[in-house]
Amino acid sequence: MSTAFDHPTYNYRVVRAFTIMTVVWGVVGMAIGVLIASQLVWPDLLANIPYLHFGRLRPLHTNAVIFGFGGSALFATSYYVVQRTTQARLFSDVLSGFTFWGWQIIIVAAAITLPLGYTQTKEYAELEWPIDILITLVWVAYAINFFGTVAKRKMKHIYVANWFYGAFIITVAVLHLGNSAVVPVSAMKSYSVYSGAADAMVQWWYGHNAVGFFLTAGFLGMMYYFVPKQAGRPVFSYRLSIVHFWALISLYIWAGPHHLHYTALPNWTQSLGMVMSLILLAPSWGGMINGVMTLSGAWHKLRHDPILRFLVVSLSFYGMSTFEGPMMSIKTVNALSHYTDWTVGHVHAGALGWVAMVSIGSVYHLLPAVLGMKPGQMYSSRLINVHFWLATIGTVLYIASMWVNGIMQGLMWRAFNNDGSLTYSFVEAVDASYPGWFVRVLGGAIFLLGMLLMSYNAWMTVRQAKGNEAANFQADTQAA
Amino acid sequence: MDINTLRALATPIAFVAFIAIIAWTFSKGRKKGFEEAANLPFADDDDVSDVQRKSSVEKNTNE
Repeated sequence: MSTAFDHPTYNYRVVRAFTIMTVVWGVVGMAIGVLIASQLVWPDLLANIPYLHFGRLRPLHTNAVIFGFGGSALFATSYYVVQRTTQARLFSDVLSGFTFWGWQIIIVAAAITLPLGYTQTKEYAELEWPIDILITLVWVAYAINFFGTVAKRKMKHIYVANWFYGAFIITVAVLHLGNSAVVPVSAMKSYSVYSGAADAMVQWWYGHNAVGFFLTAGFLGMMYYFVPKQAGRPVFSYRLSIVHFWALISLYIWAGPHHLHYTALPNWTQSLGMVMSLILLAPSWGGMINGVMTLSGAWHKLRHDPILRFLVVSLSFYGMSTFEGPMMSIKTVNALSHYTDWTVGHVHAGALGWVAMVSIGSVYHLLPAVLGMKPGQMYSSRLINVHFWLATIGTVLYIASMWVNGIMQGLMWRAFNNDGSLTYSFVEAVDASYPGWFVRVLGGAIFLLGMLLMSYNAWMTVRQAKGNEAANFQADTQAA
Repeated sequence: MDINTLRALATPIAFVAFIAIIAWTFSKGRKKGFEEAANLPFADDDDVSDVQRKSSVEKNTNE
């Protein structure tokens, strides 16, 4: 992209690159999601191509949306927010470029190795050890670049969004190193240093904090900058944001065992995980209320600002899924919900409703800004509004169908006859799930359609910005 | 000291730390600093004007 957009102080080049890739990986990852959802409805779809089997594509979907889409959004917004709230240029242009290209190579490597069947088989940590080493290098560069920028800030205070981004960067480093401890046996094969229940516990310590720090703390950083910015008023309570920060980061780390209820994990560990998950409701809702209340006195802005709608509705989904999560971690509820589609629905209430929608709102705010235009001034505001409704309807269809399916599956699996035999065979529950799975394909496809509109809107915004630059250049040379 | 004593102590230490954070956060003297901090996203409202070459879109008028 042309250097004509370049800001005199800030490094917007890397922010632009990550923002564009957020949209690209969003479309790719969600398209794979729709494909594998279709494979569940039509099992013969691509059934004889081993590389495109559900079991291989499913981790590709999660890696592409979490690390490709979500990761690029986190890099883009953290680099943008840390520069604008410290009024300092990023610590190093070289490290910025390295994090961008390194991260893209990691995602491409995932797209190649996962369909080929290379996997560590740990959820959200499937990538084999050589890729894990590259992730570590990129992450160290990211940490130096981010904290280096905070260190050379021109302002006295470190804005709360940077605290959340900082906690996300440090914790993900610790989680990645802890869970990826393996013994390599060949170039693309390794074995975990942990075994049995301890291995499962380390995996879900990692797995749940991938949700808590990668998909929550980082995106709360986004929320604390872009909601006030788009609403045009400071955050509702800065004091609440500090309590929110310390309470959230000190509690999340303990919630992992709720993924292992009724397993070989010691019973006390399961109960501890459940209690910690329940307490987690307090900081989660504290943060959600802080974000939503930022709009108090400015609610009318929601009527004509689709970007603000994205941000506020993402907070509603965040509040909903952080209520649902603690409820599902209660062992008696978990006895019904575990291993059913309810879990899948819960994840997507957070992933589509919260993570994707807050990222989409933030991208619509910052993309025009890093192209030298007014923040939020995309090519078409109407298309943003259409995207908003597609995203909302798609998410609701997805999670509602999974609730119905999940509760039905849980009830069918546990139904007994008077003589003690099972009322339903497993395949009867599979058969009963088809209508819900079809509605999920529909919801996912609607959400994906919104992402395609976003791609078009982003493309046209870039073209418009280039047109502006050309026109200005012409005007300048004529005046001279 | 027995390692389990340390483990048991971790809970009251975390509790005291939480109370201390609340007391620190809500102490009167910090009000002004927090107001400054809360306005940091708006301290840098140069969205259009100081880009090297002004683009043709109207200057940012942040309400």
